[in-house]
Amino acid sequence: MRIVTRRLALATAAIALTLAALPAMAQSVLKVRPFGDLRTLDPMTTSDYMVRNHGYMVYDTLFAQDSAGLIKPQMVESYTTSPDGLTWVFVLRDGLKFHDNTAVTSADVVASLKRWGERDGLGQQLMANTASLTATDPKTVTLVLKGKWGLVLDALGKPSSMLPVIMPARIAATPSNQNITDATGSGPFMLVKDEWSPGAKIVYAKAPMYVPRKEAPDGLSGGKVANVDRVEWQIMPDAQTALNALQAGEIDIFEEVPPDMIPLVKGNPKIKIGKLAALQGVFRMNQLQPPFNNQKLRQAMLRLIDQEQTLRAYVDDKALYTVCLSFYMCDSPYYTDAAYPKPDVAAAKKLVAESGYKGEKIVLLDATETALSPHTLVVAQMMRDIGLNVDYQAMDWGTLSSRRTSKNPVEQGGWSVFQSGPAAPDMTEPVGHLGLRSNCDKSWFGWPCDETIEKLRESFTTAPDLDARKAIAKQIQERAVETVPYVSVGQFWLVRGQQANLNGLLTAGVPVYWNVSKGK
Amino acid sequence: MIPYILRRLASTVPVLGFVALFVFFLLRLTPGDPAILIAGDQATNAQIETIRETLGLNKPLVEQLVGWAGQIARGDLGRSVFSDMEVTRLIGLRIEPTAMLALVAIVMALVIALPLGTLAAIKAGSLVDRAVMAFAMLGFSSPVFIVAFFLVYVFALGLGWFPTQGYVPLSQGLWPCLNSLVLPGLALAMLYAALLARITRTALLEVLAEDYVRTAHAKGVQPGKVVIGHALKNAAIPIVTVVGVGIAALLGGVVVTETVFNIPGLGRLTTDAILRRDYPVVQGLILVFSVVYVLVNLLVDLSYALFDPRIRY
Repeated sequence: MRIVTRRLALATAAIALTLAALPAMAQSVLKVRPFGDLRTLDPMTTSDYMVRNHGYMVYDTLFAQDSAGLIKPQMVESYTTSPDGLTWVFVLRDGLKFHDNTAVTSADVVASLKRWGERDGLGQQLMANTASLTATDPKTVTLVLKGKWGLVLDALGKPSSMLPVIMPARIAATPSNQNITDATGSGPFMLVKDEWSPGAKIVYAKAPMYVPRKEAPDGLSGGKVANVDRVEWQIMPDAQTALNALQAGEIDIFEEVPPDMIPLVKGNPKIKIGKLAALQGVFRMNQLQPPFNNQKLRQAMLRLIDQEQTLRAYVDDKALYTVCLSFYMCDSPYYTDAAYPKPDVAAAKKLVAESGYKGEKIVLLDATETALSPHTLVVAQMMRDIGLNVDYQAMDWGTLSSRRTSKNPVEQGGWSVFQSGPAAPDMTEPVGHLGLRSNCDKSWFGWPCDETIEKLRESFTTAPDLDARKAIAKQIQERAVETVPYVSVGQFWLVRGQQANLNGLLTAGVPVYWNVSKGK
Repeated sequence: MIPYILRRLASTVPVLGFVALFVFFLLRLTPGDPAILIAGDQATNAQIETIRETLGLNKPLVEQLVGWAGQIARGDLGRSVFSDMEVTRLIGLRIEPTAMLALVAIVMALVIALPLGTLAAIKAGSLVDRAVMAFAMLGFSSPVFIVAFFLVYVFALGLGWFPTQGYVPLSQGLWPCLNSLVLPGLALAMLYAALLARITRTALLEVLAEDYVRTAHAKGVQPGKVVIGHALKNAAIPIVTVVGVGIAALLGGVVVTETVFNIPGLGRLTTDAILRRDYPVVQGLILVFSVVYVLVNLLVDLSYALFDPRIRY
């Protein structure tokens, strides 16, 4: 009898333990090694791509870009435009809720857009052209423009930093020069703030109150269905460690596998390698200081840089790079190869001679931990080969990003050239284009200054249709080939490693984790 | 002894003050600006300036230093300029993994080094001695990251006995925690074990030549008892000194080991904070490391009395 009782007790304990363990077993967790670390929680105040990616996890937007680059309604059910194009009325979808279970109202939308409009470049343009932005009723937002401005949807569906996300009005009341600390969002996942350990782990849980659209996901638009209970971003600074973890099945996704590690997992049936996001390599010259204040010398660089050679320094796989003789991404609707010269070393040498270059030192900054470092080494040699006096300076990204703000001569801590790799959405159309902006002090580091390009960019915003915009984009390129605000070193893909049992992973230009499920 | 401890603790205050001052100015002299890194790649100068102003980075250096000193006096190490978390909380989150890793590494090093060093001393000049010294040489000259990747390749990816990376907190069980620390602990312990094995051998060789050891042998005391009970205890002072000094080397090794094995400890926090120019975090960490170092040295000094009753404080 005692034995029976003991067995019964053991069996009961076993069942109880199994039941207690069930919820944990049932939880599906997607473990991701992101390419960086989350530094702040505010996708409206920084152009940091990790913060942007966090924004897509936690927030939704009024509009979003699909895989064809078209802007589609997201939180908006419907919208209308007045015949003169000045009044826009947006109606929100039914059932939208924030993570604190309060309803998303038009007042939240107005507060969010106004805050975003204080920080983002395109947002600032929208607000400058806005006569009024009001909450007409709890579900309706009315935007009245001062004059015709053709980028309303492009602005509200802006795919990259800084994102026009919708947050509760009480949080959007935070001054735009301060970061928000409350991540209550409107998107498919909620931040589990208690488990956030900066530099180690960021945890998101499925937001049960989120109502996805009915359409299938397409790019950044469509139904954002969270198919896993948790997404854990595990910060791993060392790429080899991340690759080991992927091979051992300890993580599901490895963002930005360095190209030289791809052969190590090719042929492994449990691992798939796929494209994550396209970037454009940018060779940026300081136009305030000699020698690149000389337009002829910049034109020489445009003819010198051979994209095929520099891209192969990054990855020796034609599927992962594109020679793209354009300032716009090759898959952009505004892509054109008009006037963009093919590489021609003889022409480059001739232009150097015509420029009157007298051997001034060219300080080339290289952040050696970035993907573009091999490019930089190749370009440095190309420059030396045509007789340029290159002072190659290796450093970390923190030092480079500080150094490039200097407008001093190179002898006083200044610089001549650095390379960067902005993401495709930031290099697609003339207004948001990081490299083409030529508004002097207000433009990106290097500070190109050209009134013609600026007037064309302005006219782009009021162009009546896509064809007209394309024509303006072409004119901008033709002018930029003369002024050379920067040189493209080509287009390349960042690569993602993933477990073969993952389904539904989207290639949206931004790493997003809705629609993903784990098979066996 | 208590007045001695108090005197030693009091003497750490000026040391910490000097370290704080040194770190404060060293960081400000290092190229890089946290405001620029926070603002992101596309920020305008105006946006960067706004962040700099919000963080108080555009105040005169002396004003920043006085503000920080006032915070420290109140026991407040400030807040991270990136995550806005209190530095004490950030450090608190990271102490356990580092402390556990250091503990496991020290235990492994002692377990490996003491028997090997003792064996080498007893068999001085023999093949065993040479093999132990060759092992010590190899351990001493192999970079931590090479040993780490070798261990991962063989024992994690090859045999699948241990995870390749990560740390399981103690709260999830002692065994899972230790299991996650076997490879990183071993990688970190190798250098330390090599150093200790050499010191143990040298210290023991000196003691084994002493008259009282010969007397003990002459009296017929068992050889094992002579070595462990008499000689090793008297050779302990240089060994313990090296254990203490080695803590500093261990802190350096922890940075690499935590990176390779993805352990979210103080070493990783230090690297990240330096790369981001997160001044309050770096300053707080260096102060914590200094306190640890001073305390370890104090403990080492106090432990001398345990091994040598002639030493009094």
